[in-house]
Amino acid sequence: MADVGQISSSLDGSGEHGQGARQESGHAYVGHSVLRPDLLEKVTGAAVYCVDLRRSGSASAKIVRSTRAHARILAIDTDAARSAPGVVAVLTCDTLTGLCSRFGHIVADHEILANGKVRYYGEPVALVVAETEAAAADALELVQVEYEDLPAVITAEDALAAGAVLVHEVDLPLLDVDNLSPGEGAGSPEGGPRVDNVAHEVTLEWGDVDAAWESAAVVVESSMHFPMLYAYAMEPYNAIASYANGRLEVDSTAQHPFMVRDDLARVFGLPLSAVTVRAPYLGGGYGSKSYTKVEPLAAVASWHVGRPVKLVLDVEESIYTTRVDSAVVKVRSALDADGRFIAREFDIVMDSGAYADNSPLVIAKSVNRCFGPYRVPNLRVRGRSIYTNTSPASSYRGFGAPQGVLAGETNLERAAEELGIDSAEIRRRNLVQPGEEILQGKRGIDADLPADLEMLLSALKMGEPSNTKWYGVGFACSASDAGAFPVSTAAVRVETDGSVIVLSGSTEMGQGSRSLLGQIAAEEFGIELRQVAVRQSDTGSTAYERTTGASRTTTLAGLALQRACADALSKMRAMAAEVENVDIDTITQCPGGFSLEDNRILRYGEIVKKWFGASAGEVTGVGTVRRSGVTKQMPPFWEIGMVGVGCRIDPETGAVTVEQLATVGDVGFAINPQAVEAQDLGAATQGLGLSLFEELIYDGPQVVNPNLVDYRIPRMRDLPSRIDLMLAERRDGVGPYGAKGSGEGSLNPIAAAVVTAVARAIGRWPDRIPLTPERVWRLISDRTDDE
Amino acid sequence: MSVTSLEIACTVNGNSITQAIDVRTTLAHWLREDLALTGTKVSCDVQICGACTVLVAGEPVSACTYLAVDVDGKAVTTIEGLARDGELHPLQRAFVEKMALQCGFCTPGFIMMAKALLDSTPQPSREEILEHLDGNLCRCTGYAPIVAAVEQAARVLQGIKAGENG
Repeated sequence: MADVGQISSSLDGSGEHGQGARQESGHAYVGHSVLRPDLLEKVTGAAVYCVDLRRSGSASAKIVRSTRAHARILAIDTDAARSAPGVVAVLTCDTLTGLCSRFGHIVADHEILANGKVRYYGEPVALVVAETEAAAADALELVQVEYEDLPAVITAEDALAAGAVLVHEVDLPLLDVDNLSPGEGAGSPEGGPRVDNVAHEVTLEWGDVDAAWESAAVVVESSMHFPMLYAYAMEPYNAIASYANGRLEVDSTAQHPFMVRDDLARVFGLPLSAVTVRAPYLGGGYGSKSYTKVEPLAAVASWHVGRPVKLVLDVEESIYTTRVDSAVVKVRSALDADGRFIAREFDIVMDSGAYADNSPLVIAKSVNRCFGPYRVPNLRVRGRSIYTNTSPASSYRGFGAPQGVLAGETNLERAAEELGIDSAEIRRRNLVQPGEEILQGKRGIDADLPADLEMLLSALKMGEPSNTKWYGVGFACSASDAGAFPVSTAAVRVETDGSVIVLSGSTEMGQGSRSLLGQIAAEEFGIELRQVAVRQSDTGSTAYERTTGASRTTTLAGLALQRACADALSKMRAMAAEVENVDIDTITQCPGGFSLEDNRILRYGEIVKKWFGASAGEVTGVGTVRRSGVTKQMPPFWEIGMVGVGCRIDPETGAVTVEQLATVGDVGFAINPQAVEAQDLGAATQGLGLSLFEELIYDGPQVVNPNLVDYRIPRMRDLPSRIDLMLAERRDGVGPYGAKGSGEGSLNPIAAAVVTAVARAIGRWPDRIPLTPERVWRLISDRTDDE
Repeated sequence: MSVTSLEIACTVNGNSITQAIDVRTTLAHWLREDLALTGTKVSCDVQICGACTVLVAGEPVSACTYLAVDVDGKAVTTIEGLARDGELHPLQRAFVEKMALQCGFCTPGFIMMAKALLDSTPQPSREEILEHLDGNLCRCTGYAPIVAAVEQAARVLQGIKAGENG
């Protein structure tokens, strides 16, 4: 085996971080690879995750799940379970009388407990609450459910067929449409009858696509199948809820605690202020913990039994809670003889499972992201999210980009092949320049893609092996309209000793936001990092944050925090002028305080104490971000993906080994360069997993590989032998210091890069991923006749 | 009537414990729920991911599928037992410095598994590190920083040893 895992990056770990290839930041705390304080807690076992929480007097819940894909529930017999040892209560949908028993932030189509029928194998039907988890588990099998089977639609193709059985009979109204433009509502306000299984449809069109095919030098048609995936955040979904005296408190594995709060308030008819949702450290998210998951189940259990209730899922149950949308994407591109696009047409069909969850947004984003950061004068995209009788799909790192970009970029490669133009050159001819629009009326591209491409190419060139037999190189790029809807707030509290508490609603799920927000506050106040404490994700006491997703924290939460710091500084400056009885214009900020005309320095703590006239008090600063000023134009920023791989194929087995990986993180400004590169490598590695190994497989009504034995994710030995992680920092983002978000970019185009590398090595184009040894071997075998 | 609980005596992170344990309790459950040592994490539940790795008599085991009663008479070491007087173990320090973790859920298992390696093989080759840690899953980092952290810790531990001997 080759030397595995040699990393070339600006931070190979020895000595001072964040130097090398990077320019000096000119800042004291941001732009430096500081040690993340959360990591210190995590390596000792002291860090508290939701699953580690205990509440005195709490009971445990376990879920009785449907054993049918689609069936009417005729009866549920809970008597035996109720009288089992240790059982406190058994809840069914009938127990929820008086509550709004459905949730869902876009379409409230999701029954907390199946109501009248089940729509997928694994759907929660009843909830057993017991003194211990073991007692609850023992009682599960005593709950008898009588079903009457209905025909089931397990694939999107089945669900779209004429006369297909309906997964949902009622067309419910959209609740949250902020992010769904362009597109149409999936339902009328009154909720009329449904006529098909299309959960959401989005179209995007400009120019005259139909006229383009005639004038083209080449028209290339291709289609790609993107697999059904499981994000596998290593901490499975769990929550602990306590309902008492008209107040609900929930700790959960939620990326977006504020949106979960909104759903729970609707379920119980409570004021938002009566519901508190907290998210401690999350054991991974990757989009899969966006929006409401198990919180309503734990909450209704606590409401019913009058005690705190803890609910912890295992991996199989997590797979039956949320998985990733699979997709079939058909592409047709027309190019002129020079390889320039004349037109592109996409048809995206996603299998979104039994409930909408966030899939309407995933399809909307896929429509925007599939055609690439290119000049496309004529475009037509149709995207449909389809209800099927399978586990519900929702957000996953990249939000529709991985599905769309795989098809779009491999289609471009095939066009290049037909035209005899190399992969780099055809991109140079089509890539947009900085500032150019790719979505009409939206923000121009705030990145230099042609320059990023050249960085990538030079790294790939350096990694070229001498033996190129059965070896292929592939690269791909993408641009995602990232940041979601810009609503963000932050608060800072300056204490009497000049230390600072940051309040943010953004969740720490591994990406490093706690450390990053601390760096920004330290920079703005000119105080040491250890003087800053960051409190996050408690709807009762931290500032509001809409979501932790779409790579938005650095840009939007960071901007809100910068403004909160400015607000506190401005207040303290005025307070200093008042207590010193001097003109405010004579006071200037210096690290840790303000300097006066007579060169005296007033520390922040002194100002607080003098103004309050005691050794007490606090100054609060608040910052907000909305669709105004630099964040008026959508999207808030574009997240760039620019990755390449070198793959070696074993012709005997079809096994693919990724020998080289190169990424360019076009992030504007890296607040913690080591953390940005870590995100890029992590995202790329997840992308290698879905390119080569990962796929949930339905055989009949249920998943045949709902566990980590049969669902294979990347392991240490899969590490590429050469890794080049590069950062492009041009301060071209709207975020703090010119920063833009990262975390999804290096995943989005990587499957296209792998497919291209393999196609180049074996001389055949795959039409699906993952590229398992068997699939690659079959493609090779098919072509042995002409070798 | 079948036996439902057994009294065991063992040490956990150096502390002696004698306790009657339900025979079907896993070691992970016992550590987390009865001893409140929640640093040991459970993820895959089927001995695949390595997140629950602890040392029993110096050997790494998956606590999710190891019965608690089987530690009778043995010494158990968990992630909470590594730091000495607030001083991080060189593996813990290296994991932080190399950013060999992000969400951190797999980390206790990785560190315990790496400790087992360095206890038996103080100067492992890169190949030996990969071989030894291939059974631990991480979904955040892409693994390369973990390899770098184990290599750094091995160097630091060798230095400490050389200092003690010299």
